[in-house]
Amino acid sequence: MRYLPKSDAEREQMLKAIGAKAIDDLFAIIPAEYRLARDLDVPRQQAESEIVAYFKAAGQKNATDYVSFLGAGAYRHYRPVIIDSLVQRGEFLTSYTPYQAEITQGTLQAIFEFQTMIAELTGMDVANASMYDGSTGAAEAVLMAMRVTGRHKALVASTVHPEYREVLATYLRHRDLATAEIGYVAETGRVDLDRLAAAVTEETAAVLVQSPNFFGVIEDIPAIAEIAHQKGALLIVSIAEAISLGIVRPPVEADIVSMEAQSFGVALSYGGPFCGVIAAKEQYLRQMPGRLAGQTVDGKGNRGFVLTLSTREQHIRREKATSNICTNQALVALMATIFMTVYGKEGIRELAEHNLAKAAYAAKALSAQSGAKLLFNDAPRFHEFVLETQESPAQWSQRLMDEKIVGGIELSRWYPELKNATLWCATEVVPREAIDAAARVMAAAPVEA
Amino acid sequence: MADVEKQISRSIGKVRPHQTQNEGLAFEKSSPGKKAYKLPPLDVPKVDSKALLGEAYRPESAGLPELSEIEIIRHFTRLSTWNYAIDLGMYPLGSCTMKYNPRVNEFVSRIEGLAEAHPYRPESLAQGALEIIDLLQRCLIEITGMEAITLQPAAGAHGEFTGILLIRAWHESQGNPRRKVLIPDSAHGTNPATAAICGYQVENIKSNSLGGIDVDALAKQVDEDTAALMLTNPSTLGVFENEIHKIAEILHAKGALLYMDGANMNALVGKVRPGDFGVDVMHLNLHKTFSTPHGGGGPGSGPVACKKFLEPFLPTPVLYTKEDGTKHWQYDRPKSVGRVRAFYGNTGMFIRALAYILANGPDGLRQTTEDAVLNANYIRKNLEDLYELPYKTPSMHEVVFSDKRQAAKGVKTGDIAKRLIDYGFHPYTVSFPLIVHGALMIEPTESESLEELDLFIAAMRSIAKEVEENPELVKTAPHSTRVSRLDEVQAARRPVLRWKPAMS
Repeated sequence: MRYLPKSDAEREQMLKAIGAKAIDDLFAIIPAEYRLARDLDVPRQQAESEIVAYFKAAGQKNATDYVSFLGAGAYRHYRPVIIDSLVQRGEFLTSYTPYQAEITQGTLQAIFEFQTMIAELTGMDVANASMYDGSTGAAEAVLMAMRVTGRHKALVASTVHPEYREVLATYLRHRDLATAEIGYVAETGRVDLDRLAAAVTEETAAVLVQSPNFFGVIEDIPAIAEIAHQKGALLIVSIAEAISLGIVRPPVEADIVSMEAQSFGVALSYGGPFCGVIAAKEQYLRQMPGRLAGQTVDGKGNRGFVLTLSTREQHIRREKATSNICTNQALVALMATIFMTVYGKEGIRELAEHNLAKAAYAAKALSAQSGAKLLFNDAPRFHEFVLETQESPAQWSQRLMDEKIVGGIELSRWYPELKNATLWCATEVVPREAIDAAARVMAAAPVEA
Repeated sequence: MADVEKQISRSIGKVRPHQTQNEGLAFEKSSPGKKAYKLPPLDVPKVDSKALLGEAYRPESAGLPELSEIEIIRHFTRLSTWNYAIDLGMYPLGSCTMKYNPRVNEFVSRIEGLAEAHPYRPESLAQGALEIIDLLQRCLIEITGMEAITLQPAAGAHGEFTGILLIRAWHESQGNPRRKVLIPDSAHGTNPATAAICGYQVENIKSNSLGGIDVDALAKQVDEDTAALMLTNPSTLGVFENEIHKIAEILHAKGALLYMDGANMNALVGKVRPGDFGVDVMHLNLHKTFSTPHGGGGPGSGPVACKKFLEPFLPTPVLYTKEDGTKHWQYDRPKSVGRVRAFYGNTGMFIRALAYILANGPDGLRQTTEDAVLNANYIRKNLEDLYELPYKTPSMHEVVFSDKRQAAKGVKTGDIAKRLIDYGFHPYTVSFPLIVHGALMIEPTESESLEELDLFIAAMRSIAKEVEENPELVKTAPHSTRVSRLDEVQAARRPVLRWKPAMS
């Protein structure tokens, strides 16, 4: 086996040194009736060329030559080449969690830079070293708010990503913690502030909203914060599209921000690995889940970085930890860090503006066809929009597929009241011709006989 | 000082102190106007962002650094040189299974049709990804001897969470979720933390003199209120629980289930299957046993495999195959515990893990396990005269010593670990498991050649000698690194968790 650096002679030599006759002597402690006396029924050993061929064929089956208007929590942006060159350096790729600080300063400093960049973008004081993804990050943020406030109820906007809400429900299910959903205003697609104000009580630990929300609409964060804070509840803002922060005002009134950083140079990869991160106001630091890198000095006064405040974590606190999280998304966070460094202060704004312009154009072009209209047009949005069509999406989406275009995703799957409504996303990588083509194909409804 | 340097260079076979370049924070190198990006010309009309966004417009840009491309390359390359890595040498972290991360895994995970696949693309355009997921699921079910699986959990602890949720949902379906989960005192911290977040009380069970479960004590402890036992097998001592079948019987007799933490699966693959020895549900760590890279702390992937009776409770969605052979996601699962994360899991890791399984085949997987166990036993044999072996039970893939003899000289496991760095190795796992005072937990994995093992053994033997002759040298190690021991107390007391520009 080509990954195993031993000859049979060396194996023999080692067995002899140990004092074993055969390798199975070392497995003698396993009761014989459980030992596997046959080969595992998995594919035979393959050559590297066969492995590459297998996955290339799978990639082709997945079809690559489609233009896509899909977003909804997973966004396709251009990924600068140097990200992949750098994260494939073995010193990053094949290193472990930096518990041994003296020989992991590279990872630790990069995490420190990541934390700083996330704090800068979100307007929060501190950020952690990453969470699994935006959905688990949002759930952990709610648990964090419950610890901070000692309260047991959360209000969740129904415009938070439906799968994030499902994950939250799973996380809270067995903890005597309750959530209630707050609907949206039909004209704006924003969380219903009146209903929210009526629902927030002295028992509310947190209000969770997403902005831009699942419909692509930017929520009125200052107004929501005021409602939450009046009753002593924390405001958690979930951000599924990190690029929006280039041009959209950061949610500085929030107490906790849970962000999905996939847009920062991370491949879609059929849904993962992505990169969640939790950022918060400094006073809530001790209730944060996940790893944190902090600055310190060594014995000679040199600046260095260590993982810190680990008394919050499971390996120290066991059942009293703030979370059971151990492994996080370090390498993906590094990708995001490199992405943010490549675009920098001005680039992230310019990139966000391109997204804004593409979506504005696409929204206009696609809603121009007869019978189509944009929903939630009375509120600002980033790069996603909701289109309602006369024809059912099943009909036009097939026509688009014939032209190698994947249109918006049907919302009735999660919002039964939104019939014939689809969520579209146009990032900077969607060319104008594709938008025009999609509009043309959709408008060309077959004449009914 | 000169004396120390002489000591460092003496008899250290693998490494000599190397120069690494200084590098400040990206923020400190930034200057306005430098750029590492160029966007193509906008092919649609420019918009007035301020007018479009109104109150939601961001007036001030985030303070991200401004650098050119070459500076960014050098910045992160220099940082990388400050890291130790598997690619540089043995990484004997017990319980972490730091094995070789094959490069073909990286290559195939980046194939365009896979890397660029949106999770909501129509299933007809995702058959390639779904076939990979299906094949990996079938391989992992076969390897574990279980009957159903979900790949959704993002890491090991997330898998534990999912597994305990399955157990809870099953008990609920039987009319009573029960109150407590039993966990050995040798367990990973994630186990009790997981049980707690699933709403269970944690009850510790003491290890016996062999480092295993005291079966008689267990029989007394298990009652109708016990939901499950969370067991790592082999244990964190690297010891196979040879009474595992009795343990399973005791639990099952009281209606409790057996959860297995699969962190140490690298000792079992191809030799024995948890499903065959009574485990009801378990998680795997693809980033341990199945060679996906740790990447400085993640991403991982923590599939959960279970017996048939738990299948209805698996997270949504679950993959199924239609009669025409096409694969689809099934969402309508009324008994499911719900989602544990968005989308389907860390697909990029599935691709890598499957590439690893294909590269090995059944014979390679078995040989891998045998070599991992061989390596650990070779180290044990060659160090047991110098380091205290608190449990004499046969070792599987890792061996746990204690610092008892060295502590008599005032040198602790953490010091020995730091001194290993000077010899060119990453430290072993320090002070874990908790049941061994001053533990040195060593897991070489199968990826080490005899030559590398001998260098490691020589280093450990040399350190043991240094402890006798010059304990200060060990206590103040490492001496060859960029930074010496860092002040962790200060870091925690006055946390500096982000860079801030100097006040001007």
